[in-house]
Amino acid sequence: MAKIVVDVMLKPEILDPQGNAVASALPRLGFTFATSVRQGKRFEIEVAGEPTPAQLAEVEKAAEVLLSNPVIENYVVRVEK
Amino acid sequence: MRVGVVTFPGTLDDRDAARAVCAGGSEAIELWHGDADLKNVDVVILPGGFSYGDYLRCGAISRFAPVMTSIIEQANKGMPLLGICNGFQVLCESHLLPGALTRNSDLHFLCKDQVISIENTNTPWTSSFSKGQEILIPLKNGEGSFQCDDATLASLEGDGQIIARYVGENPNGSRNMIAGITNARGNVVGLMPHPEHAIDALTGPSADGLGFFTSILNAMVK
Repeated sequence: MAKIVVDVMLKPEILDPQGNAVASALPRLGFTFATSVRQGKRFEIEVAGEPTPAQLAEVEKAAEVLLSNPVIENYVVRVEK
Repeated sequence: MRVGVVTFPGTLDDRDAARAVCAGGSEAIELWHGDADLKNVDVVILPGGFSYGDYLRCGAISRFAPVMTSIIEQANKGMPLLGICNGFQVLCESHLLPGALTRNSDLHFLCKDQVISIENTNTPWTSSFSKGQEILIPLKNGEGSFQCDDATLASLEGDGQIIARYVGENPNGSRNMIAGITNARGNVVGLMPHPEHAIDALTGPSADGLGFFTSILNAMVK
């Protein structure tokens, strides 16, 4: 069984108040490494056997139509071994 | 006139919207998310709430409900359509309106009475108002920050597609203080604050919201 991962992130120019809140919480806990934090979504999709190019194309389509909103978000589809 | 009010799982302002429709002099017809039949309504309202639990993104799953297929088809033919709050989010996800509604800039869920100014009185939903008129209606949302790219914003501004703006401090980080917009044709309107909660002094902060419901009746009987 293989896992197809879709990462969805807000486009760089879109304000991410959740990421900003995390970024400002980190130093309060003594973590001073971050200059910026962006928060996104990760979808893990399981398919039977190795994903076929046709399946990956379908996932791309689903990512475009449902999993992301292209107005404000970008997505990346990859197969996780 | 028959005004359809859609109920999705998680919708919570459908009763108030139906009440406002009646107060505005029209007949409210209940429409169900799972039924593509629009029951011969003349116009449709998508009310506020948390359809499908706001899962994935607000309005993202509602967009694919059977009733939306019919509504999108009719709206593209010119049927007047108003989306309030979650309904506005559904309209953006459906690409009937440009842009997107994102998390309030301060992350807080807002619930307050808000002054907005009506900027475009040429739509069937805003014709009872005068241009620049300030009205007081409730604003209650977690994801009401209107965002779009610069080109879209310029065309919304240039074409008079911004129907209402917040007055005073920007409550949620919306670009150019946008509280509501319309499509190029002018039949589809999305509004973040809630006119249906402000139709009489007993239950709302004012009766200012009634104008949206009298506007549509006037527009349709003309």
